[in-house]
Amino acid sequence: MAHGHAVKRYSGLMDWLTTVDHKKIGILYLIAGGFFFLVGGLEALLIRIQLWKPLNDFVSADTYNELLTMHGTTMIFLAAMPVIFALMNAIVPLQIGARDVAYPFVNAIGFWTFFAGAVLLNVSWFTGSAPDGGWTAYAPFSGSTFNGDHGFDYYVLGLQIAGIGTLVGGINFLVTIINMRAPGMTFMRMPMFTWSVFITSALILFAFPALTVGLAAMMFDRIFDANFFDPSGGGNTVLWEHIFWIFGHPEVYILILPAFGVISEVVSTFSRKRLFGYSSMVFATILIGFLGFMVWAHHMFTTGLGPVANGLFSIATMLIAVPTGIKIFNWLFTLWGGSITFTSANLFAVGFIPTFVMGGVTGVMLAAAPADFQYHDSYFVVAHFHYVIVGGLVLGLFSGLHYWWPKMFGRMLNEGLGKLTFWTFFIGFHLTFFVQHFLGLMGMPRRIWTYLDGLGFNEMNLISTIGAMLMGLGTIFFLLNIVITAFKPKTAANDPWEDGRTLEWTIPSPAPEYNFKQTPLVRGYDAFWKEKMEGHTEMTPAEPIGSIHMPSPSILPMIMAIGLFITGLGLMYSHGEWGKIAGIEAGYVVGGIGLIITFTCMIIRSLVDDHGFHIEPEELQDKGVKA
Amino acid sequence: MSAHSHDGHLPHEPEKATLEGRNKILGFWLFLGAETVLFGTLFSAFLALRDQVLDGPTSQELFELPLVALATGLLLTSSLTSVFATQALHMHKVKAMIGWLLVTIILGLGFLGLEIYEFTHYVHEGHGFTTSAFSSSFYTLVGFHGAHVAFGIGWISLLIGQLMKKGLTVTTAPKAYVAGIYWHFIDVVWVFIFTVVYLMGKVG
Amino acid sequence: MNRWQFFRKLAPLLALMVLVLSACGRSDLSTLRPQGPVAEEQFGLMKLAISIMLIVIVVVFAISFYVIIRFRRRPGDKTIPKQVEGNHKLEIIWTVIPIILLIILGVPTIQSVFNLSKDHTKDPEAVKVVVTAHQYWWEFEYPELGIKTAQELVIPKGKTISIEAKSADVIHSFWIPSLAGKTDANPGANENIMYFSAPKEGVYLGKCAELCGPSHGLMDFKVKSVDEASFDRWTAALKAPTSLPSDPAIKEAFVSKCLTCHAVGDQGGPAFPNLTGIGSRETVGGILVNTDDPKYSNEGSTYDNLHRWIKDPQAVKPGTLMPQVDLTEQELDGIAKYLSELKLDYEQ
Repeated sequence: MAHGHAVKRYSGLMDWLTTVDHKKIGILYLIAGGFFFLVGGLEALLIRIQLWKPLNDFVSADTYNELLTMHGTTMIFLAAMPVIFALMNAIVPLQIGARDVAYPFVNAIGFWTFFAGAVLLNVSWFTGSAPDGGWTAYAPFSGSTFNGDHGFDYYVLGLQIAGIGTLVGGINFLVTIINMRAPGMTFMRMPMFTWSVFITSALILFAFPALTVGLAAMMFDRIFDANFFDPSGGGNTVLWEHIFWIFGHPEVYILILPAFGVISEVVSTFSRKRLFGYSSMVFATILIGFLGFMVWAHHMFTTGLGPVANGLFSIATMLIAVPTGIKIFNWLFTLWGGSITFTSANLFAVGFIPTFVMGGVTGVMLAAAPADFQYHDSYFVVAHFHYVIVGGLVLGLFSGLHYWWPKMFGRMLNEGLGKLTFWTFFIGFHLTFFVQHFLGLMGMPRRIWTYLDGLGFNEMNLISTIGAMLMGLGTIFFLLNIVITAFKPKTAANDPWEDGRTLEWTIPSPAPEYNFKQTPLVRGYDAFWKEKMEGHTEMTPAEPIGSIHMPSPSILPMIMAIGLFITGLGLMYSHGEWGKIAGIEAGYVVGGIGLIITFTCMIIRSLVDDHGFHIEPEELQDKGVKA
Repeated sequence: MSAHSHDGHLPHEPEKATLEGRNKILGFWLFLGAETVLFGTLFSAFLALRDQVLDGPTSQELFELPLVALATGLLLTSSLTSVFATQALHMHKVKAMIGWLLVTIILGLGFLGLEIYEFTHYVHEGHGFTTSAFSSSFYTLVGFHGAHVAFGIGWISLLIGQLMKKGLTVTTAPKAYVAGIYWHFIDVVWVFIFTVVYLMGKVG
Repeated sequence: MNRWQFFRKLAPLLALMVLVLSACGRSDLSTLRPQGPVAEEQFGLMKLAISIMLIVIVVVFAISFYVIIRFRRRPGDKTIPKQVEGNHKLEIIWTVIPIILLIILGVPTIQSVFNLSKDHTKDPEAVKVVVTAHQYWWEFEYPELGIKTAQELVIPKGKTISIEAKSADVIHSFWIPSLAGKTDANPGANENIMYFSAPKEGVYLGKCAELCGPSHGLMDFKVKSVDEASFDRWTAALKAPTSLPSDPAIKEAFVSKCLTCHAVGDQGGPAFPNLTGIGSRETVGGILVNTDDPKYSNEGSTYDNLHRWIKDPQAVKPGTLMPQVDLTEQELDGIAKYLSELKLDYEQ
């Protein structure tokens, strides 16, 4: 096949375990993220069932705290992030006219380490103790003095391993976007989704290392008896809050920016209009990313930082409303004067705009520190962040999935079921969370296992639980849609929505292994639309048809992740649980074996050069690229 | 992509000859950005906790600057020798390159040996990892740096082996170049540790 | 006829009023019905913010609905709308107007930030209280008066109460929604100060607002605002000698099994809630409400609540450090009876 380099190519399950193809990795991210979205959703439903009436004892107080912790942690790290990564992987290289990402091998490492960490975290359910101190893991409650079981060991090690995957993923996409754009694809011609992924990746790069340090310090506290956050050893609990939120606030923007990108693409496509104020959108995205690092202490107004810090962080937080407002109005004026068609993707996008505004305005309300003394840690905050994360991010992801499904799988999702998904999920969402604003203002703290009767909380909690059931129903409709679609033939056209504007719609659905038979020449913003308006049906190629170099598949990324998984598990059980081997804690021995596995893989990767293989022009013709 | 790989004539900057090489270098700079945040957070934690000595010795009682100055000297010299290695790379002198890399890792090993000696000494003085928040954050910050040095030594050793076997190619050149950047980075971090941990610990 | 039509017009309005009022919650618990100057100042800021945000929401919703209805594609419409790149005038408008709105909100925010952070710990007029949070109860010490109590913060009405908050174990947060926003009770050296006052007599509900363990949601306390004379009588009564149970068997059990941890008057240990005057408190364990007219499952007479609590504390508050003490039925009855009669007579 190639220049004498025989490369073993796998099929079936081995193909998926060894793949370095960004489109397949995207699908792996989608499957794993989707699975954990269901797990987190189930946890949410159990929470809502417990709270449907006062003094309920459907679950015990301990279990409830585990549920709320795992719900938050799962949804943010194991559901939202991977589904975002799924769209990034599936779409960004196509949008910039690239054949691949910068580091296909590292991309696979990113997925498998995320998956290993995610599984490790959830193993805690089966070993008797899931973490139970909230996804924020405030010390000293998360420390070994008050949490002697292994719950938070799973938290620190699971997230640490998953975090490695996220960090390398972020670097991969930064380099891909900087170095791999097609000729003519200048930064100011990049589609908005790619821009948002670019900024999100930069945020990942600068935010996740803080979490790495925080988790390492907490792990040292728990496993090696260090004193970072233990007041009795001179440690400082507020330090954890700072480290956590220096990561945690940018994380919020890491989550929401890709949704902004999706909405920009969908709204523009389905109103047949160029995105209004493209350059101000880019500028606003950059500004939001920048300000995202300046506002972490608004999560800590009641911690006791003093009036100067509280005042500064109040004002800095309010400032974020300005670039966000710019985005909202740009979307509305993209729709204005357009020819809008309400596909299910666009329903989610159009539903997103007012919903996200509601979450945004409560965000500005929370920014006023003295008023936040009342809102903080009440159900008002719960309502706020679900409005931005579910009403914002999740609606955005649903929109993106309905929009790009044909590009990822070659099949169109059923529009009727898609609309049913939207309406049940959307109505359920507002039922669930709108009333929670009032619960909070009426004095209901968040993270409470149960509430007393006669406090006036009963009716709204009942409404909220009914809403949650509806959201669950919406999710079931979506799953049903996926299953039904999977049995249909792969008939989606290159440009199935017919109004596609960007490069991913110029190639077959699903995209072939090599993405572009010929690298396209980009002549302006909305590259494909520009060609269409000039009467062309496809892009002008920037190169003649030639042989295409592809990276080899490899099983090493998965083995590396398994090594890390073993290390994590071993470190946790290093206090005599597993006895001793040759005088050393068995846990350490197991941990060491895991590290050796991982490092051996790294050494093999470094020593054995990957020459990849080539797809020759004759093969390209064989694959029958659709006109 | 692989146009140069079997070619006897290497371009002037072989590390940037291929897209893979350019990607590697850019990605590594970005990775160092992440490392900067990582060490920045460790420094912040150390600064927040360094006065919490409890019953353990204070930094004034503990630190012995001559020893640390010697370690600093070794590491800074190794930074210089790694520059010579990169210069040799640009002149396509594989043997000189390997030689300078060897000197670099020997100096690195010397640094690491001094650090291990220093740590065992401190533990005997009653400054264990679990003694206080000061000791935990000290060992974590300085230990993270030491682990980076150790990783760098392992990495460069592996590279020396590859350079001996495969010679200087467009595949090995970016690896060696990137390792050089890494080595500079951990030197720079050490300069900050020397200033913030040791000098400031000795005076204030 | 006329009247009927009038009511028919009024009915939706009334329904809305009822909804709004019911959405405001209980006056002793809701941030929307402030009962003291601090909560009022915070409510004022909330109202300002809500008003500004309602303007934003109305504008966005109006444009959204207009756009969705006006610009929907007609079936078979193949026309390409005009491709607009942007509009500088509009973009400047929606940059500048939010900035103006934020200035309107930001200025009073800053004023309030500094106003509410005033330090009253040296104020001779203020009543100083050191609040120490424990898993899952609240300790209130009045250092200037030399008294200590638990679960029920008694304060003289109208006076500034200066709080120093800290924690004995994990992070908690001290919150009396109808009187003042919260402040965290941190372990270690990060002590926090705040102040509030209650101009009206009454009992206000307080809550823990930081996840602190299984019974975080049950870590309630009460703030009882009384007139100054009653407050003085209360402090005096708290210091007065307290008699132990008269029945020797009960007394023996009480001393050996309760006073090892708890204090009554000048006897017993200081580590756990002080029981002096427990019979006149509003609740047992913070959540079992004492009332002669029980409506809900967490309500009962003082005696019943004490009996229920002592008999199986874990059933009331999961994870509480109060153990199930080995008591005979008689001892349990006797101690519950003794404690329910351990009243401080200070109110008139």
